[in-house]
Amino acid sequence: MDLKHLEDTPTDAERQAVDDVVGQSRSDGGHALAPDARARRSLLLPALLALQARRGWVSRGGLGYVCRVLEVPPAEAFGVASFYALLALAERPAAFAHLCDDVACSMAGADQLRAAMEQRFGAPHAPEHRAEVHTRGHATKACWAKSPCLGLCDQAPAALVTVAGSSPSAQAFGGATAEKVAAAMAGRAIEPASYAICANGPRRLLARAGLVDPTRIDLYQAHGGFEALHKALAMGPAAVIAAVTDSKLAGRGGAAFPTGKKWEAVSKAAATPRYVVCNADESEPGTFKDRVLLEEDPFAVLEAMTIAGFAVGAARGYLYLRGEYPKAASRIAGAIQQMRAAGFLGSQVAGSGFAFDIELRSGAGAYICGEETALFASIEGYRGEPRSKPPFPVHSGLFAKPTAINNVETLAAVLHIVREGAASYASAGTAGSPGTKLFCVSGRVANPGVYETPFGTPLRSLLEMAGGVPGGRPIQAVLLGGAAGGFVSPAGLDLELSFEGARSAGATLGSGVILVLDDTIPLVPMLRRIAEFFRDESCGQCVPCRVGTVRQEELLARLESGVTRGGVEAEGLLLADLGQAMRDASICGLGQTASSAIESALRVLQPFPRSTR
Amino acid sequence: MTQAPPKSVNMRIDGHEVSVPEGSTILDACRKLAVETPTFCWAENLTPVNVCRICVVELEGARTLVPACSRKAEPGMSIRTDSARVRLSRKVVLELLGSSVDMSLSETFAKLKSQYGADPDRFGPRAPRAAAGEREAAEPGHHEVPDGSAAASVGQPVKVDNELFVRDYEKCMLCYKCVEACGTDAQNTFAIAVAGRGFDARISTEFNASLPDSACVFCGNCVGVCPTGALMFKSESDLRERGEWDESKQTVTDTICGYCGVGCQLTLRVQDNRIVRVTSPSDHSVTGGHLCIKGRFGSTFVEGDR
Repeated sequence: MDLKHLEDTPTDAERQAVDDVVGQSRSDGGHALAPDARARRSLLLPALLALQARRGWVSRGGLGYVCRVLEVPPAEAFGVASFYALLALAERPAAFAHLCDDVACSMAGADQLRAAMEQRFGAPHAPEHRAEVHTRGHATKACWAKSPCLGLCDQAPAALVTVAGSSPSAQAFGGATAEKVAAAMAGRAIEPASYAICANGPRRLLARAGLVDPTRIDLYQAHGGFEALHKALAMGPAAVIAAVTDSKLAGRGGAAFPTGKKWEAVSKAAATPRYVVCNADESEPGTFKDRVLLEEDPFAVLEAMTIAGFAVGAARGYLYLRGEYPKAASRIAGAIQQMRAAGFLGSQVAGSGFAFDIELRSGAGAYICGEETALFASIEGYRGEPRSKPPFPVHSGLFAKPTAINNVETLAAVLHIVREGAASYASAGTAGSPGTKLFCVSGRVANPGVYETPFGTPLRSLLEMAGGVPGGRPIQAVLLGGAAGGFVSPAGLDLELSFEGARSAGATLGSGVILVLDDTIPLVPMLRRIAEFFRDESCGQCVPCRVGTVRQEELLARLESGVTRGGVEAEGLLLADLGQAMRDASICGLGQTASSAIESALRVLQPFPRSTR
Repeated sequence: MTQAPPKSVNMRIDGHEVSVPEGSTILDACRKLAVETPTFCWAENLTPVNVCRICVVELEGARTLVPACSRKAEPGMSIRTDSARVRLSRKVVLELLGSSVDMSLSETFAKLKSQYGADPDRFGPRAPRAAAGEREAAEPGHHEVPDGSAAASVGQPVKVDNELFVRDYEKCMLCYKCVEACGTDAQNTFAIAVAGRGFDARISTEFNASLPDSACVFCGNCVGVCPTGALMFKSESDLRERGEWDESKQTVTDTICGYCGVGCQLTLRVQDNRIVRVTSPSDHSVTGGHLCIKGRFGSTFVEGDR
C-alpha cells in the first residue's frame, strides 16, 4: 500500500517494544514479518499496548513506527488508539492509577479515596499537578484518573495501577487506599484483599478455585485437570457437541444462547479455518466471576477452549481478556506456556492427531469489546465497533470465518458436562436451567464474593448465604444482572435465580450480578452513574446510542438536581421514548440495554413519589 | 457457459408481495414497491454502514428493528415500514440528530422532521459550542459530568486549513461516508478515520493534523458524499458566509472532464458565471460519483480572475 507515514521517529525503547511484539529486528529496515495484511493488522493493538507499557503513553514517533512496520494508515491507527481508555495519546507520567468509581466502589468509599488522591497527587488527568512517588531514592512521576468498574467489586474500592518502563508492571487490587495506590505507583507489590469463594451445592465451576495452586499444571492434573479433554478426544467431536446440546447449557455472558447449537453451527460451517474465541472481556459493572475463574483456575478455561476447538474443528483459539485484569493475564499466559510444554496445546494435543493452540489477546479499556462482533474487530486491529447481525459469528466471525465465541463461565461449565455427561449436569438446577451458576455478590453484604449455586435458588437465600446486609439494615434494592440488567425491590427477593424465574419476574440474570443497596444508599446518584457509564462506553457508531446515552445522562442529572424540564412525569415520558428508540434502533446490545436498569428502577422502586412533582 | 439467472426472493412489505433478486436489501425491496424509506448514511456508491438508523423497519419475529439499508432480503420476510415502533424510532433519531448536530443544510432532514413531528428542542436548549481543540482533547471513557440544563452538541469552530474545501464538523452527523470514500470504497488514501469514542467520536486525521500535513490528496470525494454540508467547497462556503449563496441564480451543466482521457462526467454548478461546486453522478459508469483533484477542483481555473 502506498501510504503517507508520519515523519516522527521513535525512541530506541519504543522501537524495541514494538519489535518485541511484532517479533523481528527492524534495525536493518527490512520488510515486515507478516506476509499478509490481515495478520499484520491484527498486531496493531498489541503493538500499541506495548508502546503504552514501555513509555506510559503512545507518542507520535511510536505510533508512526507501528504504522510503518504493520503498514497501517496513520489516521486509522490513531482512530484505533483513541478508542481505548487504557491508551494515552498525550504525554503522561510513567505511573498511572485508575480508580474505580462505579456502582459497587462508590458505595464503598471511592469518593473518599479520590479526595485523598486529589490532595496528594492533584486533580485527575492534570499533568501539571502530577506529583512524584519515591521508591528507594528513585522518583517517578504519577498521575491518576477515575475508571469504570474494574471487576473487583468484591473488594471495593478498587484501583488499577500501571507503571511503564523497561519492565512494566500492572496491579489491580481491592481495599484501595491512597497509601496503597501511592505504594503501587512506586512499584511495590500490594497484598491482595480477600473475598469469598463459596458454593451451596455441588462445587463444579469452583472445584479448584481458592483450593488448588492455579500456577501449577501438575496440581491441576492431580485435581481432575484434563480428564474432560482426554474423554472428549476419545468421544469424537460429534459426541462432544451432542453432550453439550443435551445439557441445555446456555451462554453465561448475558444472552443465554444455547452453547450446543452454537458449536454445531460452527462445526457444520463450510468455510475454514474456524476459530474458537473465549470472551474474557468481563466489563459489565458488578461482574467479577470470570476474573475469579481466570485467576484461580486458568487451566480449566484453557482446557475447555481446547475441547471447544476439537468439537468445532478449529486449530486456533483466542482468549480476549480485558486489559484491567493483569493478574488473570499472567496466570493465563503462564498456563498456556505450561500446557504447550506438557503437550496439551500444540501440533498433537494430548498425543492425539488434533492440533490446537491458544493466543492471549489483551483489551485496552473498552466495555463494548465484550460485544462479540466488537471483540472480533478489536482482535483484527480495528476500532471496537459492533456490526449488525446477521451474519452471525457462527458463519462469519473472527477474520470473517466461522467462530465459536463463548464466555469464560460457559466454557468452564463444559468440563463437567463432558466428563460426567448431560444427565449428571442436570442433577443440579431446574428443568429450564440445568446446572450451576456463578453469581457476583457485592455491595452492602457481609461477605461479598463469587457464589456457585444450582439454578433455582431464591435470591433471598443467596443473600443470606452472603451474610445479609451488615448491621441488619433493610435492603433498598438489588441490582440484578448488571448495568444492563434491572433492579429488584425488597418485595421481589423471592425471585428464583434461573433463566425462566428471572424472565417471569420481568428481570434478567445477565452476567450474574447481585449488587445490594441498603436503605442508606442514595438511589438516584447510582442511576446517574449507570447513565454516565453507558455514555462513556458507547462506541459512538449509531445515533440512538451515541446521542441517546448522552441525553439519558442529562435527564438523570436533572432528576438528581430536581431542576426538571416540565416535571418528573414529563422527564419519565422523555426517558420512555429514549429507551424505546435505543432498545429498538441501536446496532448492538449496549444501546439496546442502556436504559434497562434505569427504567426498571423508576418502575420498580419509584424513587420519585408523585407528591414531589 | 451461460450464467444462471439470479434467484429471486419473495417477501412482504406493508402487506404487499414483492420479489427481488437474491442479495438485494430490504431497502431495494422497499424502493421497488415505491415505499419511501429515508436514509442519511446510505449511498449507492458506498458500502452500507447502517449507523444513522433512520431507515429502520419492523421485521416480523425480530426482537429489534432492522436497518433496511444493509439487511439482506430473505424469503418469507414480513416487513412493516410505518408501524408505531418504526415511527417512534425514526422520530427520536431525528430529535437526537437535530439536538446535537447542525442539520440546517440537509433538505432530507427538514422534510423528515416535519413528516415525523420531531421536536429536537425537547431535550433543552443547545449547549454552547466547544472551543477549538476541545473535542479533540476528549479522552475515551471520560467526560465532564453534565447538569442537564442544556443539550450537549458537537458544536465547534469550522476547520479551514486549505483553499479547496472546509470542514464544519458542527454539521457532522458521523455517517462514515467521507471515511469510506477516502478509503477502500473509492480513493484508497486513508487520510481520515473515525477517532475517539462515543459522543466524542469524530472524523480525524492522525493526531488531528491539518489536511495539508496529512495524507489527503484533495480529491474531494469526501465532499462529494457528505449529506449535511459539513464538508463543503471553499467557494461555496465563502459565498454562504457572505450571504451571497443563491440557488435561484445557479445553473447546472453536465460536461466531460478535459484533464485526461478517462472521460469522467462532471456536473458544474455555476453562480454569477463562477463554478461554485463540482460533482459527478453517483451512478455514472466511469466515476461512480468519485473524481480526482483535477476534476473536482481544477475547473476553478476557468475563472478569469484566478
